[in-house]
Amino acid sequence: MQALYAQLLVGLINGSFYALLSLGLAVIFGMLNIINFAHGALYMMGAFVAYFLLNLAGLNYWWALIVAPVVVGIFGMILERTMLQWLTGLDHLYGLLLTFGIALIVQGVFQNYFGSSGLPYAIPDQLKGGVNLGFMFLPIYRGWVVVFSLVVCLATWYLIEKTQLGAYLRAATENPTLVRAFGINVPRMITLTYGLGVGLAALAGVLSAPINQVRPLMGADLIIVVFAVVVIGGMGSIMGSIITGFALGVIEGLTKYFYPEASNTVVFVLMVLVLLVKPTGLTGRAA
Amino acid sequence: MKTTISALLLGTALTLASAGLASAQDKTVKIGALSDQSGLYADLAGPGSTLAAQMAIEDSKLKDKGWKIDIISGDHQNKPDIGTTIARQWFDVDKVDVIVDVPNSGVALAVNNVVKEKNGVYINSGAATSDLTNAQCSPNTVHWTYDTYMLAHATGQALVKAGGDTWFFLTADYAFGAALERDTTAVVKENGGKVLGGVKHPLNTADFSSFLLQAQASKAKIIGLANAGGDTTNSIKQAAEFGIGKGGQKLAGLLLFLTDVKAIGLDTAQGLNFTETFYWDLNDQTRAFSKRFSERMKNNAPPTMVQAGVYAGLMHYFKALDALGGNPHDGAKIVAKMKEIPADDPLFGKGEVQANGRVTHNAYLFEVKKPSESKSPWDLYKLVGTVPGDQAFTPLAQSSCALLKK
Repeated sequence: MQALYAQLLVGLINGSFYALLSLGLAVIFGMLNIINFAHGALYMMGAFVAYFLLNLAGLNYWWALIVAPVVVGIFGMILERTMLQWLTGLDHLYGLLLTFGIALIVQGVFQNYFGSSGLPYAIPDQLKGGVNLGFMFLPIYRGWVVVFSLVVCLATWYLIEKTQLGAYLRAATENPTLVRAFGINVPRMITLTYGLGVGLAALAGVLSAPINQVRPLMGADLIIVVFAVVVIGGMGSIMGSIITGFALGVIEGLTKYFYPEASNTVVFVLMVLVLLVKPTGLTGRAA
Repeated sequence: MKTTISALLLGTALTLASAGLASAQDKTVKIGALSDQSGLYADLAGPGSTLAAQMAIEDSKLKDKGWKIDIISGDHQNKPDIGTTIARQWFDVDKVDVIVDVPNSGVALAVNNVVKEKNGVYINSGAATSDLTNAQCSPNTVHWTYDTYMLAHATGQALVKAGGDTWFFLTADYAFGAALERDTTAVVKENGGKVLGGVKHPLNTADFSSFLLQAQASKAKIIGLANAGGDTTNSIKQAAEFGIGKGGQKLAGLLLFLTDVKAIGLDTAQGLNFTETFYWDLNDQTRAFSKRFSERMKNNAPPTMVQAGVYAGLMHYFKALDALGGNPHDGAKIVAKMKEIPADDPLFGKGEVQANGRVTHNAYLFEVKKPSESKSPWDLYKLVGTVPGDQAFTPLAQSSCALLKK
């Protein structure tokens, strides 16, 4: 029983990464109608920016949490301005192919310069060590990841669903022409939204740098699972992707305990089941 | 009429003679360096292995003796089907004579069959599976550097003797992991230890916390990591996070490469015990080679044992060709010659190419240095023991290779 609690908690930790990444994807898909396959590469860039900040500029982890999402977010906005915006109104497939190509190029460039085995990034001193919870030894850093990502997820949800700015955004997705007629600069808002989604990916990258190696392919390994999470949660649904992210982390954690061999397939099995029963995803609306 | 016939005869004789001459003196060789050029094994083999092969060509001085040696490289992407397709194309179209490197046991075993079928030469340095010189041995194959038997025996024995008599395994769920766990379990039991359990994880797992918790709960003294590359670095890094070392349990990286240790960083990796057969800082000869190597390498990295094995294997191959006086383009014949000549090179020292294709040389037990002990970026290991070549690898009497049953 104790082991079970431990696995539940560990699942929740992984779930935080799924939630942060799928949230970014959901925001981008919901607002821009782009299936952002470059998300994994941007997540990886976040981790690399954290590494550069520490080793080249001497800026620690806490700075990286702020600076990396901004830097990568700006990179994302440049991508949106120069390339993605031309795909508005075209079939989803074009956006998918373009972002997939961008991901391959970015990963290739990083791999060329930094190799495939990765770079070390230490846990910040303030979050080192762990606490004994009785049923498990919880590293403080992992606890921090859960709390912090939960806060970020809820803040993003609040921003989009409950504020004036969010209302404009949602309106702009429904009917861009009408929103423009009210004097709102829709293209700029879309660029900023893409920047926000990308920034979330970079933030997840910084959070994961001390846990995993900072590797060029770290995002490529993760992105497929995250897409499954988004599909299960319902494409474009903000709360759906947050809840599904955490829930799938827990389910995966339990699988690792009961039948480890299936742990990297279980998410896809669930995806198939959900699509068969409810093709729009758990919280999605029919288009 | 008579003159015509005699002229014809003369012509035929001349043609035949020159053809015979050509085959005896054919001094062309084509090398194919088949590796993972961009995936998880690219740093420990990949482009560095191609460089090592290039250096072997230069150092052999065969070009001064009139040989013409070419090299091409290919990326098998860790997929057996891609590996065999490249190998076939190399033999059929590009007329490659010898394939070197080939990390990833799955790909290595698949390519092994192609080389045998095409009667080429296969000098494997990158793969771990001991099956290459046991159940699946071939008259065309020479296996340099390391294998699962060696890893299991050297590391396993040393740890059990040092008091680590209860084990729990984290095993990569494919051929290589299973072989390594099997071989290590045998060693642990042989030496009076016990295996308390284990968990098989999928290849390329990012998060090991779940598995590490199970290992922690097992209370085993040693947690054996029967995995490789990114899986190993991630499990070591996360084990530190979960306080596994502090709780009295010890990690045993059964397969660790120089590039892995570098990637983990000394802070986390310090104190780890493991086995390799080559380290750049072993002696003057390895240092001299590594200096020349790293000057030409991207990131100035010194060679890993896999890359060193590519160099040593090719040097030995060139010795055999030189002794034959020309390239007979007959893989089995060249490998037979390689088995006749005692192995002796600056990187691995003296050894022997056994009848089953296994090359024996010393194996070394290393411990990762503390950050305070390391004087340069690649100064990572401390030598703690040496296993002589004749004890490190499968004894011929135990080998299941069919070539031995005559």
